[in-house]
Amino acid sequence: MNIKLKIWRQPDAKSNGRFETYPLNDVSSDMSFLEMLDYLNNNLIKEGQQPVAFEHDCREGICGSCGMYISGRPHGPQHKTTTCELRMREFKDGDTITVEPWRASAFPVIKDLIVERSAFDKIMQSGGFISVNAGAAQDANSILVKKKNADEAFDSATCLGCGACVAACKNSSAMLFIAAKVTHLALFPQGQTEAELRVKTMVAKMDELGFGGCTNTRACEAECPKGISISNIAKLNREFFVAKLKE
Amino acid sequence: MSKLNSKIPDGPLVDKWTKHKTALKLVNPANKSKLDIIVIGTGLGGSSSASTLGELGYNVKVFSYQDSPRRAHSVAAQGGINAAKNYKNDNDSIYRLFYDMIKGGDFRAREANVYRAAEVSNLVIDHYTALGVPFARDYGGTIDNRSFGGVQVSRTFYAKGQTGQQCLVGAYSALTRQIKAGTVTMYPRRDLLDIVVVDGKARGIITRNLVTGEIERHSAHAVVLATGGYGTIYYLSTLALNSNASAAWKAHRKGALFANPSFVQIHPTSIPVMNSYQSKLTLMSESLRNDGRVWVPKQAKDPRKPNDIPEEERDYYLERRYPAFGNLVPRDVASRAAKERCDAGFGVGPTGLSVYLDFRDAIKKKGKKVIESSYGNLFDMYEKISGESPLETPMRIYPAGHYTMGGLWVDYNLMTTIPGLFAVGESNFSDHGANRLGASSLMQCSGDGYFILPYTITDYLADDIKTPRIQTNIPEFEKTEADVKERIKRLLSINGKETATSFHKRLGKIMWDYCGMVRNEEGLKKALVLIKELEEEFWKNLKVTGTDSELNQELEKAGRVADFFELGKLLCMDALNRKESCGAHFREESQTETGEAKRDDDNYSFVAAWEFKGEGQEPELHKEELKFEFVKLQERSYK
Repeated sequence: MNIKLKIWRQPDAKSNGRFETYPLNDVSSDMSFLEMLDYLNNNLIKEGQQPVAFEHDCREGICGSCGMYISGRPHGPQHKTTTCELRMREFKDGDTITVEPWRASAFPVIKDLIVERSAFDKIMQSGGFISVNAGAAQDANSILVKKKNADEAFDSATCLGCGACVAACKNSSAMLFIAAKVTHLALFPQGQTEAELRVKTMVAKMDELGFGGCTNTRACEAECPKGISISNIAKLNREFFVAKLKE
Repeated sequence: MSKLNSKIPDGPLVDKWTKHKTALKLVNPANKSKLDIIVIGTGLGGSSSASTLGELGYNVKVFSYQDSPRRAHSVAAQGGINAAKNYKNDNDSIYRLFYDMIKGGDFRAREANVYRAAEVSNLVIDHYTALGVPFARDYGGTIDNRSFGGVQVSRTFYAKGQTGQQCLVGAYSALTRQIKAGTVTMYPRRDLLDIVVVDGKARGIITRNLVTGEIERHSAHAVVLATGGYGTIYYLSTLALNSNASAAWKAHRKGALFANPSFVQIHPTSIPVMNSYQSKLTLMSESLRNDGRVWVPKQAKDPRKPNDIPEEERDYYLERRYPAFGNLVPRDVASRAAKERCDAGFGVGPTGLSVYLDFRDAIKKKGKKVIESSYGNLFDMYEKISGESPLETPMRIYPAGHYTMGGLWVDYNLMTTIPGLFAVGESNFSDHGANRLGASSLMQCSGDGYFILPYTITDYLADDIKTPRIQTNIPEFEKTEADVKERIKRLLSINGKETATSFHKRLGKIMWDYCGMVRNEEGLKKALVLIKELEEEFWKNLKVTGTDSELNQELEKAGRVADFFELGKLLCMDALNRKESCGAHFREESQTETGEAKRDDDNYSFVAAWEFKGEGQEPELHKEELKFEFVKLQERSYK
């Protein structure tokens, strides 16, 4: 198929960016979206132009590196799919596809489609862990966990840290990201001792880093490639209020 | 006199590590913070090393090419992590885990190292559980286990098909805790471009800031490489696209011996190649072979759809050839068996280069729901790529380059032949011999980082407590930085016509055709000529756009591909030198009457450790004799 790409080009963090249009012919529907960008880049390099910079690594939907707006939606049109898992069979001949980096003030653009997401790491550093040193653990089966809790914790812990939730949110809120971590750890007995401190510091850090608040539009849930439910945010709110009440 | 002193302690197998630990020197807490340690890589090996060294009070600096430690490729491990807990009461033990690994590696690993890996495996599970890793559980609240290839017990801990991700998120959280505590400093988006050696010891690194292009110097009292494997040498592999061999290769050029480079695991269950644009092969976890049955039609080039082929016309070739282990034979055996059927014309799919992995019978027996809950995310992945649901139609799979058992030679303390340079996880060679069993890589790299390296590196640093912080304005740093800059300049000045990716693809094809699942003398010799020619072409006709003072992904790729040429030659040389078949290394000249790998213990029971002798020089082979004091060498049979 033949398509037209409108891609955000920005040489570095300091320069202004703009859209460039690239027609691309003979795109196979079996290609992944990123393979299509590889193909475009190969053509650009041959013509002596700079290839489009984008982040990617595992290309199987698990590392969370890739992420871009594709025709207005984080990770593109397919539900519960990362950009690297998206296939060109989701598009048709003659389509114009607009490709942009995440838009959020907490995620500044570094180059073209690459943004700086270290704000997520900073939030994690503020409390997204259980404080236990190597060697201090008891036998794994001495901590009993209800199967239901373990399964739910797993669902929350599948968060990739890709940033689609922030990109999808009109407030650029990181609530789903934090909620997934708080929920994951709150469901385990071993996460209890510092649960109150954790939720308070993580929320405070989110505010400090310039992410917005949650107004329950559910855009994050709709665009999360791992389908992490907004019920995590309800759990976060509950944990947060309980922690505040106990102050 | 051999350069290789493995430092394996004397005494009975079960006492070696305990005895060795007792003899290791300590560093008092006040001195630890004066000692700097650099860790390269943030996968399970790097994160576990860095967080634990931070917890101990060392001053740790961690480097990663990704934007966040959580992206390292350990994240993609699917099926599970082994431990000798015997939670299933199926008579498992540390000894059995050790024995399965030694046998699985076709008796080409060190007994002492493997036993130690099995010994610390239980501690690893305890630690991950304490960190909040959501392992699958039973209704009573205890942890569930499943079986994996090459063994007859259920000792694999798992979190659906995302065990690597869950373990890495746990290890990452422990690392972030140390970053907050100030014991660990994280340097993301950095490529290691060389190792700095001062007075024979590893004392620092030269990195490139991938955003600004700045070349940086970092010093330390010791350096730890946790940089993974080099499976991307095949271009198409199950690895992340940016995984590369460059850190290990730079260490090799600086004097670290490279062991058994030709021991590469070709994983049997990857989604097959679909088209020429393809950039990677996606793995389907080996755990699928617990419930999936592998088959091809009995009739070559059978045009019927798989579900239309009746039972009696299907050849379940693994069950036929290996009745004792059936579909759960080790990876090397399963891969070669698939290749054998496809080469004989029985392969399926448009290219004839794939076999079926069928869940029909398991669904009939256990129900769709159970199968879906065990493998749901894998089935989704498969469906997204192929457009077919494995619940309805059998999967199509084919072997793909996956894991490298070979790597930097290390002694029992995980130190390379450069004093002060350590290697953990996949980047070293030590525990998997000629073939790795499933779910033992997460186990090994975590064990190395949490429970082995922290003790052995302390022993090394105990002699360094009087050494002040290493300055970076000394001639060794100047010289190494100048070399690095010179090479970047050279890559940028070629101004040819062909991209680094295109060269990588061509190199990958040579490696796959002549040094992949099956090797022979003629092919390997041919590959050596072809690689050399291609390398010459690369240095004449490479095209890199952009400059060195910006984010430049083409430049990153070019440097990595240049190193792959050199490593590719060593891989072929090692494969050529080892005239026996063992594990994943299959020399056509050395096979049994039934087509199984035939070892030659009299002549090849050694670790081949290669020494770099300079640009354009033949590398020198050093042999570390493998002594088997506790297990009896025997033919590795899964029949």
